[in-house]
Amino acid sequence: MSQLTGIAASHPLRTALLLSVIALAVAAVAAFFPPALQRTVTEAFVMLVVVIGLYVFCGNSGVFSFGHVAFMALGGYTSAILTILPAKKQVALQLPDWLTALQLPVSIGGPVAVLFAGIVALLVGLVFMRLRGIALPMATFALLMIVHVVALNWQAVTGGRQALVGLPRTTGLWTAFGYAVVALLVAALYDGTRRGLALRCSRESEVAAAATGIDVERERLVSFVLSAMIVAAGGVLFAHFLGTMTANTFYLDLTFVTLTMLVVGGMRSLTGACAGVALVSVVSEIFRSVERGIDIGGTTIAAPPGLQEIVLALILLIILLTRPHGLVGDWELTLPRNIRARPAPSASTGPESAEVVREGN
Amino acid sequence: MIVVQNLIDAISLGAVYALAALGIGLIFSIMRLINFAHGELIMVGGFVIYSLAGQPMLVMAIAAFIVVTILALGMERIAFRPLRRASPPTLLIASFAVSYFLQHVVLILFGSRPMGVDFLSSLGESVEFAGLRVPLLQLIAIVATVVLMVGLAFFFRASRIGVQMRAAAEDFTMARLLGVKADRVIAVAFALSGILASFVSLYLVAQTGSVSYKMGVNMVLIAFVASVIGGMGSLTGAALGGFLVGLVSVSLQAYLPEELRPYRDAFVFLLFIAFLLWRPQGLLVRQASERV
Repeated sequence: MSQLTGIAASHPLRTALLLSVIALAVAAVAAFFPPALQRTVTEAFVMLVVVIGLYVFCGNSGVFSFGHVAFMALGGYTSAILTILPAKKQVALQLPDWLTALQLPVSIGGPVAVLFAGIVALLVGLVFMRLRGIALPMATFALLMIVHVVALNWQAVTGGRQALVGLPRTTGLWTAFGYAVVALLVAALYDGTRRGLALRCSRESEVAAAATGIDVERERLVSFVLSAMIVAAGGVLFAHFLGTMTANTFYLDLTFVTLTMLVVGGMRSLTGACAGVALVSVVSEIFRSVERGIDIGGTTIAAPPGLQEIVLALILLIILLTRPHGLVGDWELTLPRNIRARPAPSASTGPESAEVVREGN
Repeated sequence: MIVVQNLIDAISLGAVYALAALGIGLIFSIMRLINFAHGELIMVGGFVIYSLAGQPMLVMAIAAFIVVTILALGMERIAFRPLRRASPPTLLIASFAVSYFLQHVVLILFGSRPMGVDFLSSLGESVEFAGLRVPLLQLIAIVATVVLMVGLAFFFRASRIGVQMRAAAEDFTMARLLGVKADRVIAVAFALSGILASFVSLYLVAQTGSVSYKMGVNMVLIAFVASVIGGMGSLTGAALGGFLVGLVSVSLQAYLPEELRPYRDAFVFLLFIAFLLWRPQGLLVRQASERV
C-alpha cells in the first residue's frame, strides 16, 4: 500500500510551518504590490482558509462536501449582523431591537459567528454523518440549497434579494495571512492527532477502519464540525473583505471555485490544498487581467467575461483526467533532506487508486 | 375542486420533473455518474430555440433535439469516457466542471441576461372543463411524458440495445463479459438523455418564454432529488420520484402558510434530507449489502 506511506511518514506540523513560511514570503512581496494586485493576494489567502477548512473534512475523510459554502454564508451573515452600524441595520433589516442596537467589533463578532456556525455544523453533522456512500454528498448539496433559499428570502435578517452593505472592511492582507497560518496550523494539528489518523484510515477503507474499532461516524462528525468552523472563519473574512454580500455570493459559483482549488492541488494533502489555491488564484488573476484588456502594439485586446471560468473548468477536467489525485497527490512539503530519504511520492498511482474507497452503491 | 386543480398542477409539474429525472437516472444506472451537466443540455436546447427564432416551430424543435443529442454524445466522449473507472464523487465533480464550462461558453456567446423567446406562447391558454383550468402546455407536457415513458419502456423491453442497457444497469462488468459493448451502451444512454433533455428545454422555453445561461441549474437540482428519491439506478424510480417531487412542491405551495411560501424549495430539500435518512437507497431499489 504505497498510499499509506504518505500517512505514516508525514510530519503535519513541519509541513504547516514550511507552508506558512512560503505564505509569509508571498505576503511580504505582496505588501509592495499595487492595491489591486494586493487585493488579489488577500483574496487568495481568504480562499486558502476556506480550502484548508474543506480539506480538513473532505481530504481526511475522502467524502466530498458540496455544502461547506453554506457555513461560509452562516459565518458571513452572522458576523455582518453583529458588526454593521445600528443605523444601517435599522434601514436594511428588521431585527429584534437588542440585535439592531448591538454593534460588536469584528474581532468579537467574527469569532461569535464562527462559534455559531460550529454549533449548526454539530447539529447538521449529527444527522448527516449517519449517511453512507453518495447519500452524504447529496445531503450536503441539500444543505447548500436550504441555506441559499433562506438567505435569499429572509428579508428581515439577511436583506433578502438586496445586497447587504456596510460591513466593516477589516480583512486586509496581513489579517488574511494571519488567519491562513492559523488555519494551516489547526489543520496540521488535527492531522497529527489520533482522530485525524483514524479518519484517514477510514478514508482508505471504511470497512477495515470499522473493524479495527474506529467509530467512523464520530470521527467524521469531529472533522465536519472543525472544518465547518474553519470554513465559517473564511466566510467571515470574505464578507469583511468584500464589505457587501448577497445570497448569491455564497452559492454554486463559490462552491465550484473552492472545490476546484481543493481537487486541482490534491485533496489528500495539506500541501495540495495550498498548491490548488495558488494555481487557481494565479490563473484567475491572469485571465481577469486579460478580460480587462491587454495592450498589444497599441491596440487593446480584451477577452469576453466568462473566459476565466471556462479556463478553470478546463483545468479541473484535465486534472481529473490526467492526475485524479491532484497535482501533488499524497506528497507533503518537507525539508529537502527528508525528500531524499523517502521513497518517491505516490501521486500518480492512476485512477484505480481512487477506487480503494469505493463508495457503496 | 381546489384539490383536483392542485392535483392536475402537481401531475403536470411532476411530468416535467420526471423527464429531467429520467435523463439523470438513465446515465446513473449505467455508469454511476450523477450528471450535473444535464442541466446544461436543457439550457443549450433553449438557446438553439432562441437562435432559430422566427423559424417554423418544428424546425426549432428538431434542431434542438439534434444539437442537444450531439452535445450529450460529445460530453460523454470527451469528458466522461476517460473517467469511466473513477469513483462516483469524482465523476460528479467532473460533471460539475462540464456544466460550468458550458454555462460560461454560452455566457460568452449570448451574454448573461435572460432573453425573451416567443415559442409556443399560444399554449399558455387554458382549456376549461367542469370548472377546472388546465393550461394547454401542461396538458401537452403530461401527454408527452406519458408517450416518452411508454416509448422508453418499449425500447428497453423490445430492442436489442435496450435489453443490453438494462443488463448493463444491473451489472456492468457481467454485461461486458457477456459481450455487451460498453461504449455503445453508454453512448446510446447519453443520446437518450439528450433527447429527454431537449423535451425539457421545449417545455421550459414555452413556459417561461425566456432563456438564460443558468436556466438548467434549478431543473437539474430538482431532478437530482427526484432520481435519488426514486432510487438511483431505477428508471421507474426516477419517474416516480419526479412525480412525487412535483406533488410535494405543489402541495407545499398550496398549503404552506403565506409567509413561509417563499421558502418552499428549502422545505423540499429538508424533506429530501429526511428521506435520505429514512431510505438512502431510494424507494424502488433494494438495499444492497455492502461489498467488502
